[in-house]
Amino acid sequence: MVATPYIGIKNCYAMPSPQHPFQVFLYNLGTLWGSLRLTWQHLRKSLGPRSRNLPMTAAAYFEVGPATLQYPHERLPVPARGRYQLHNAIDDCIVCDKCAQVCPVDCIEIEAIKAPAPIRKTSNGMTKRLAAARFDIDLAKCCFCGLCTTVCPTQCLTMTPEYDYSVFDWADHKIPFAIMTPEEVTKRK
Amino acid sequence: MFTLLFYLPFLLLFTLGAGYIERKIAALIQDRLGPTEVGYRGLGQPLADLLKLLQKESMVPTAADKVLFVVAPAWIFVVVFAAFAVLPVTHTWCGAPTATGVLYLLAMASLESMGIFVAGWASHNKYARLGAMRALLQFMAYEVPLGLSVLSVLIVSQTLDLQAIAAQQGPSASVPIYLLGLKGINVAQWGGVLAWNIFRMPPLCLAYAVFFVASLVACHRAPFDLPEAESELIGGYHTEYSGLRFAWLMLAEYSMLLLMSLLGVILFLGGGHTPLPNLPGLPLAIWTSGSPGTWVGHFWAGGWLFSKALCVILVQMGIRWTFPRLRVDQVIRLCWQYLTPAALLLCLVTLWWQLLILG
Ligand code: SF4
Ligand code: SF4
Repeated sequence: MVATPYIGIKNCYAMPSPQHPFQVFLYNLGTLWGSLRLTWQHLRKSLGPRSRNLPMTAAAYFEVGPATLQYPHERLPVPARGRYQLHNAIDDCIVCDKCAQVCPVDCIEIEAIKAPAPIRKTSNGMTKRLAAARFDIDLAKCCFCGLCTTVCPTQCLTMTPEYDYSVFDWADHKIPFAIMTPEEVTKRK
Repeated sequence: MFTLLFYLPFLLLFTLGAGYIERKIAALIQDRLGPTEVGYRGLGQPLADLLKLLQKESMVPTAADKVLFVVAPAWIFVVVFAAFAVLPVTHTWCGAPTATGVLYLLAMASLESMGIFVAGWASHNKYARLGAMRALLQFMAYEVPLGLSVLSVLIVSQTLDLQAIAAQQGPSASVPIYLLGLKGINVAQWGGVLAWNIFRMPPLCLAYAVFFVASLVACHRAPFDLPEAESELIGGYHTEYSGLRFAWLMLAEYSMLLLMSLLGVILFLGGGHTPLPNLPGLPLAIWTSGSPGTWVGHFWAGGWLFSKALCVILVQMGIRWTFPRLRVDQVIRLCWQYLTPAALLLCLVTLWWQLLILG
């Protein structure tokens, strides 16, 4: 009778092949005992330190403790230049509509108003000739591909490390970046 | 009479505490943290749960049998609580002085299964009905081995009074206690673990194993929690219950757990007697017992009784979070094909031993 240990469970062996009822009985007792041992090992490990308090180089990093991340209290670190929520510095936006055109899910809605004279220079020296009456990004539709930020000629459209922006109403995910009041819009028109 | 005043608040506290411990242990075994938010380390969680249950609407389904549906949870708890009437708290603080205490307790425990059947049946819901059927099936499966394993103790102790059975397992025993059924080794003076019923005769040790498994089935604890089976029957017989009535059911469930563990402790594990034996020159048993009737005696006896029961419950919790649920036919086969013959055999061996060897 060759006993092959099962992966993971010590004390637990493959069923012996001529199955005498007594052998089966012993085998069953063995598996019961093996699983109780496994339970005990996990219980004991969980009472010890949690793995996330160990340095990642520690040999026991994947061995010990509960894996739970107590989310609102603890967060995994995100990269400083994490690319999550979109942000538009509207002063620099020349309303060229490139971002809206490149967006694969069409979640950027722009309404431009021609200005009689150039409005201002953007931070990288381009001339802003159009005002944005409306600049909405619907983050509920956005797939975070980042295409809009790459095409933006003034680099005013960026992605920020902010990822925790759940809302109660879906419509709240549609973020307005335009800062013109309705009166200004009518005046300009 | 006064045991009632003790057990009622104790059961409420126990249910809250055991609920917390159970969730915590389950979480730790599964590498999680369990309740952590309410109070220090989540200790307030059971209270928060209770408050939530109290606020919730108690729904009665339109199709349900209204009277039975409302009565069933109270029935289940009342019969379990009635069984506590005969349990002793300490050596001198007895339960109801019933000469047939064991019989009465087992009868009440069986009525609990009936109550569960009624709850499931009255809900008029297919999951609840399946749960009810399974409760009946399980009831028929565990009754025989449970009764037979208890019978083997009764053969040795020759009384049906729980108080007397407990008293026979310590220094105050009125009968000689032979270690492992060997005539001549009287360990009554040694006391401690040596005087417990499981070591009073070799078959009783195995009888406790049978009793333990059968009591798991009786309490509907995993791996025998077929009547509720959250993952397949969505809670089985308590699918339709909510609010306060659900709280009653939980209370009854944990009370049943405590009842069966206490019964096991009194029948097999020495009741309120200390596990430490008197060694020559080191009277550990005397140190950890106090004299019966005094406050110290009450403290030790009650302490031992309930800490032993809690240890048994902790083992049951470990088992619950280790083994997968058995199928219906597997439970029946386990009980009828293995436990019942084993219990019968143990009963016979105990009987012969008692008659022929100890005579
Ligand atoms: S990140 Fe992609 S999907 Fe989101 S707005 Fe930009 S282009 Fe559209
Ligand atoms: S691509 Fe940049 S500059 Fe052009 S509209 Fe979009 S955000 Fe404004």
